[in-house]
Amino acid sequence: MQVNENKEFQPLIVAFCCNWCSYAGADLSGTNRLNYPSNVKIIRVPCSCRVNPMFILRAFQRGADGVILCGCHPGDCHYTSGNYFTRRRMTLLFSMLDFLGIERDRTRVEWVSAAEGAKFAATMNEFTEAVKKLGPNRRLEDLRCRKQ
Amino acid sequence: MQEAMINRAKQLLADGAVNRVIGWKRGEFAYDITPAVFETAEELEKEFVYDDFTAANVSKYLVKESKKEGKILAFLKPCDTYSFNQLTKEHRVVRENVYIVGIPGGPKLDAEKIKAKGITGILGVKNENYTLKIDTVYGEEIMPFYEAILDKCATCKSKKHVVYDELMGEEGDVLDSNRFDMVEKLENMTAQERFDFWRDQLSKCIRCNACRNVCPACTCEKCVFDNPNSGVENKAPADSFEENMFHIIRAFHVAGRCTDCGECSRVCPQNIPLHLLNRKFIKDINSLYGEYQAGEDTTSRAPLNDYKQDDCEASIVHERGVE
Amino acid sequence: MLKISLDKLDKLFEAISASQTLYIPVDREDGAAEYKKYESGMKLSSALNTLRSAKDFFFPQTENLVDFKMEGKNIEVIDVREESEDFVIFGVRACDARSFTILDKVFLAEPVDSYYKNRRDHGTVVTMACARPAETCFCGTFGIDAAAPEGDAACYSDGESLFIEAHNEKGQKFIDSISSLLEEGDTAKLEAVRAKTREILKKLPLAHLTTDNFGGDKLNEYFNSDKWGELSESCLGCGTCTFVCPTCQCYDIKDFNTGHGIKRYRCWDSCMYSDFTKMAHGNPRLTQLERFRQRFMHKLVYFPANNNGEFGCVGCGRCLSKCPISMNIVKVMKALEVK
Repeated sequence: MQVNENKEFQPLIVAFCCNWCSYAGADLSGTNRLNYPSNVKIIRVPCSCRVNPMFILRAFQRGADGVILCGCHPGDCHYTSGNYFTRRRMTLLFSMLDFLGIERDRTRVEWVSAAEGAKFAATMNEFTEAVKKLGPNRRLEDLRCRKQ
Repeated sequence: MQEAMINRAKQLLADGAVNRVIGWKRGEFAYDITPAVFETAEELEKEFVYDDFTAANVSKYLVKESKKEGKILAFLKPCDTYSFNQLTKEHRVVRENVYIVGIPGGPKLDAEKIKAKGITGILGVKNENYTLKIDTVYGEEIMPFYEAILDKCATCKSKKHVVYDELMGEEGDVLDSNRFDMVEKLENMTAQERFDFWRDQLSKCIRCNACRNVCPACTCEKCVFDNPNSGVENKAPADSFEENMFHIIRAFHVAGRCTDCGECSRVCPQNIPLHLLNRKFIKDINSLYGEYQAGEDTTSRAPLNDYKQDDCEASIVHERGVE
Repeated sequence: MLKISLDKLDKLFEAISASQTLYIPVDREDGAAEYKKYESGMKLSSALNTLRSAKDFFFPQTENLVDFKMEGKNIEVIDVREESEDFVIFGVRACDARSFTILDKVFLAEPVDSYYKNRRDHGTVVTMACARPAETCFCGTFGIDAAAPEGDAACYSDGESLFIEAHNEKGQKFIDSISSLLEEGDTAKLEAVRAKTREILKKLPLAHLTTDNFGGDKLNEYFNSDKWGELSESCLGCGTCTFVCPTCQCYDIKDFNTGHGIKRYRCWDSCMYSDFTKMAHGNPRLTQLERFRQRFMHKLVYFPANNNGEFGCVGCGRCLSKCPISMNIVKVMKALEVK
């Protein structure tokens, strides 16, 4: 998001986390004192399938450089099947973003259970690094929202 | 064909089997044909037309028309029947109130393609053995029929009527079309090339919403893009982001429901190949979740309302194709 | 009249663009023409007209009027307006040239729209006479002569040379700025070309369309006409007709929250849209019939009522070729007239 001459680029990452697994996973990584970058902003959603494509696009519009969606592992959805629908939707959406020439590494889906605090931290570290390599989001940004 | 259709329509009106007919109405010129509802034999006699320019898909009008009093006769081309079936599946039309006569479809002509050849002052267009004889203010012009057909007809997917009460002419077949060629070509470009291609195309968008409003799958009572409370209403297209967002969401919202009728590209005043976005979704659905043709039937589950436990993960997007 | 050989057009464009921004119609890849800022090597389009009208130059589709910044309880208002630089629009057709006169009546009447006026003051309109009008043309209906366009300066081609004449001071200033490239020419052949164009105009299918039955006093005849239902029944409610129209001038004001401030925009509105003139109490035009009627009544009745009989249409024919369902002002006029 911010590029200072003497400071390296720090991407803004938006992580949509489902209430039942991934958000709890994020909590666990906190109580376990595991480190993950402070540029990750978590938005809690009742289920990963609550996230509609517009959420992802709006996150990019408002300045996100990468968007990650975390939910329960397939088969473990609190609502039985929500994450299966998420999987299809996000596959198609990411494929469309790729088709429009948006860098494919800016988006990701990851399944993180409530017990996987370590996985949550690792995923966020890895994803942030990947997005950092890509640099600021330019292809899907809204210039009006860029902070001066 | 036109004569036979008028006669059949008059018969059905006289029998009381239907009280209205939806079809196409003659315009000022050879090509400016308007979808219209006819109520009397005289109107049909005077203004009903079915020729090489009657490309408009009338199935969306049936959302409203099928909820009115009485039964309506609809002449549907093969591609229109897919749209109608899809609307039936989504409970958007009242099937019992529509009497469908399946009619042979295109290829239909695109007046823009004739004009693009520099032919202007068009007074009449005649198809003689697949050569167009065009009468103009500046004398007669000739061009091959197939160079003037609509893009959507050039990549026709099916000549089969998937729903009808009666059929005029012969039953056609599903075709082996080359409709995914252009999508594939784009997929094989680099991300930068794809980005440039779409920026070039989508920057032409004037946000007239014709693609959305004509789409038989877009039948929301109120579109999110028309709702000032949605936070994404963008009547003032001020940033390229909004063009991307509108077209991604428009295509996504009809993913798995789009029958690939091609109306979005036909009506685009800026000639943006919008159908490519829809086709990309169709191609992905076919390859990732199994062959699926929206509108083919009224009972199957739509791909986005369905899942398998062993569906591929979203990361597949990262693993295939060209970066 | 002063002239320049057609094969020296490049030199002319170079000369104009050396001193100010020049816009000319150029062909796009898909065959349509559009106005582009002139850069060396660009070729003037031979198309009859551009797909979008020329109104963008004075009344752009989206325009940032003002920004707001909020800090605590303070609101700072930031004027983002920039003084326009001088520019020339070359190759405007007679219909579009007249549309500026119509827009002027709206935006330059008191209270003057200073955003519009700024651009209008800085823009020089150089028109181009038509030689091959299309079947969709009906500018004659509104008293426009496609062979003798208005504008600050006008150009005519006889196939070999381009003749230029000034209509006002601004046009004269424009001609003076390029006078070194021009020479005095014989207009005999030009007259023949113009006569031929006028012959063709007379033969066009819409040549006999008249406005005799329309005007500011016809409100009661047409407002409750039972034809509106039939005419509007297939209207999709898209904005194509209004957005390609050179005279449609309705706009909406929209605020955009950037997350760190507000940007206020003026943007084209379309009477075909369901939220057209939506107010706190709701919407005064509830059905597509009423919205459809608004467009044509505005052009054929309300506008002349408020502007000494001048109609709000210039007969450019864009809506005739672009409407997805081919419903347009000509069909409306013909249908309403039948009494």
